[in-house]
Amino acid sequence: MNKHRAVRMLAAGIVAISLSGALAACGSGSSSDDSAGKVYYLNFKPEQAQDWEALAAAYTDETGVDVTVQTAASGTYETTLKSEMAKSDAPTLFQVNGPVGLATWKDYAADLTDTAIYEHLSDQSIALTSDDDSQVLAIPYVMETYGIIYNKALLDEYFALPGAAATSVDQITSFDTLAAVAEGIQANKDTLGVAGAFTSAGFDSSSDWRFKTHLANIPLYYEYKDDGVTGQPATIKGTYLDGYKDIFDLYINNSTTEPSLLSSKTIDDATSEFALGQAVFYQNGTWAYNDIKGQSVPDDDLGMLPIYIGAPGEEDQGLTTGSENYWVINNKSSEADQQATKDFLEWVITSDAGRDSLANTMGFVTPFDTFGDYQSTNPLVLADAEYQAAGKTAVTWNFTTMPSEQWKNGVGQALLQYAQGTGDWDAVRSAFVDGWATEYELAHANA
Amino acid sequence: MKRTLIRWGWLFTGPTLIAFMIGFVVPFVLGVYLSFTRFTTVTNSTWVGFDNYLGVFADGTFVHSLWYTAAFAIVTTVVINVAAFAVAYMLVKAFRGANLFRSVFFMPNLIGGIVLGYIWMLLLNGLLGIWARSITFSATYGFWGMVALMCWQQIGYMMVIYIAGLQSIPGELIESAEMDGASRSQTLWNIIIPLVMPSITVCTFLTITNGFKMFDQNLALTNGAPSRLSELLALNIYNTFYARTGFEGVGQAKAVVFLLIVAVIALIQNRLARSKETQA
Repeated sequence: MNKHRAVRMLAAGIVAISLSGALAACGSGSSSDDSAGKVYYLNFKPEQAQDWEALAAAYTDETGVDVTVQTAASGTYETTLKSEMAKSDAPTLFQVNGPVGLATWKDYAADLTDTAIYEHLSDQSIALTSDDDSQVLAIPYVMETYGIIYNKALLDEYFALPGAAATSVDQITSFDTLAAVAEGIQANKDTLGVAGAFTSAGFDSSSDWRFKTHLANIPLYYEYKDDGVTGQPATIKGTYLDGYKDIFDLYINNSTTEPSLLSSKTIDDATSEFALGQAVFYQNGTWAYNDIKGQSVPDDDLGMLPIYIGAPGEEDQGLTTGSENYWVINNKSSEADQQATKDFLEWVITSDAGRDSLANTMGFVTPFDTFGDYQSTNPLVLADAEYQAAGKTAVTWNFTTMPSEQWKNGVGQALLQYAQGTGDWDAVRSAFVDGWATEYELAHANA
Repeated sequence: MKRTLIRWGWLFTGPTLIAFMIGFVVPFVLGVYLSFTRFTTVTNSTWVGFDNYLGVFADGTFVHSLWYTAAFAIVTTVVINVAAFAVAYMLVKAFRGANLFRSVFFMPNLIGGIVLGYIWMLLLNGLLGIWARSITFSATYGFWGMVALMCWQQIGYMMVIYIAGLQSIPGELIESAEMDGASRSQTLWNIIIPLVMPSITVCTFLTITNGFKMFDQNLALTNGAPSRLSELLALNIYNTFYARTGFEGVGQAKAVVFLLIVAVIALIQNRLARSKETQA
């Protein structure tokens, strides 16, 4: 009996220990002191993943506060965020991509009115607020610019050819000139030693946002401007879709790649085609610099052109500038964690290490007034500054008003079908205009 | 003996039972509950009744993937079982290197679906590149690409089950059939196939449910492109849940509908196949 009891006690003990170990492991991930708070940042930008991790490590060294940085793979941010937010150790800091993104996550957004990142905004009106304007919920931390990145050296080679459509990049101020130059390059691609005028317009999910979102912004911008639209309209007319078609045709017909292969082309394909000097033009933004630099195209040869679609008055059009990177602090985290996160962000925008990393390593233009001595050296950012100095009007980022991801996907897939020749342009028009009305209705019915 | 079992049984089943509760029962119950709610994260939901279920069939992509998946499951079930049986039938005969062949056929099954998907994507894109096409060019390309991948992965696994079935047939039965003058094909159709019916039941069950449940290979190979036309049911549910803001509940409702469909088909299949089983 005694022996039995001893065995039973032993067995029960083993089970209890192993279970408590397993359960404890689920409960708390970090062993550090919880009262000091900790930071868990779910980062949106894969191209800056390592820079953020280095910055986090530097902060931990300096202050002893735990900072975890997790980066979602390209195109999977919403997925990752949704599952991470359901965990007990949810991100204390995450990102939304603008007003439409904030609408999804507003229940999780803490008030940022008294934070350093709000106080230091050069223009406080760019922060996103709650519906009644009583709370500041999301703050942009980087202003970005996109357009058509070009290779100056290759372009100059083309300009030197007899019969070139232009003799200097300054002459490219409209769609017609851009088209003539691109077609000229395509016709002379063997002389110039390139595979095509434009990089592949890939429709893999890592790349298709360049066309269904960023390119689609241009016709949207002109339509909003004509109609005086400021918020998110319930319906759109598609006034400038012919221009959208023209520029898209230019991309796919004067490129390194057959249109029937576009469905499998990734952003890496496009980046490497440009970085290795196989194409002259590449539609992307300032963030692409990290992937281009250090390859065969030197920094001095990098420039950026506005995306022209043949709209009236486009001679004065500048690059497309805005933000879809807004910081949001999770109001469901503990007070200590929220405070730790605010302190971390203050450090990021005021300390030397933080400012150096944001401006120089990551190459960002930030909207904060603390960056006086830290101006970006990113040549693509400098290209934007030149356009602004020349008095050109920057195109705004209106794609943050697009009704849903589904709308973008609809447009993207219709564009791909059109490019492959398995669909026609009417499908794009319908995905654009009718899709907008449908998705707007659905998104608001489900809000 | 029985008393010992009652007294000590929990010690051995307990840990597994707890793991089963945490990993399966709780998520299942929570999932069914969530299909009646509106939520952004699974820990924060409000009850909406049957609203989500109304959204399931209103979504054209769901109906499309339902038919696409059904076609996929039928094609793969037939091809995999016929091929696996044929390979097993060849490999039960003793010849030099039979074991080596068995291992080689089984190996694809050891590679994870995502890896397989990417490898096959490269292979097929390389091949289709000759005609300036790629696997995501149209839903038809994607369909046959997935069929090829699935067959390559599963034939070896089903082959092992068929070999076990074939080896359990008593040699005397085949011998007496030969003595009675039965031809090879008569022996195959009238003796061997009825006797391996239990293996057929198992294999068809596995291939049908695998066909309906396929997810990672689909994700890696085509990711539903173009226009979500090559999206199988599991991927469609995943995309509804994660990629569409405000549709998490509908995704969850689709998952419940999906469960019911697969369960009903599996039960019918099992009943039909079992009724054909015979004893030697």
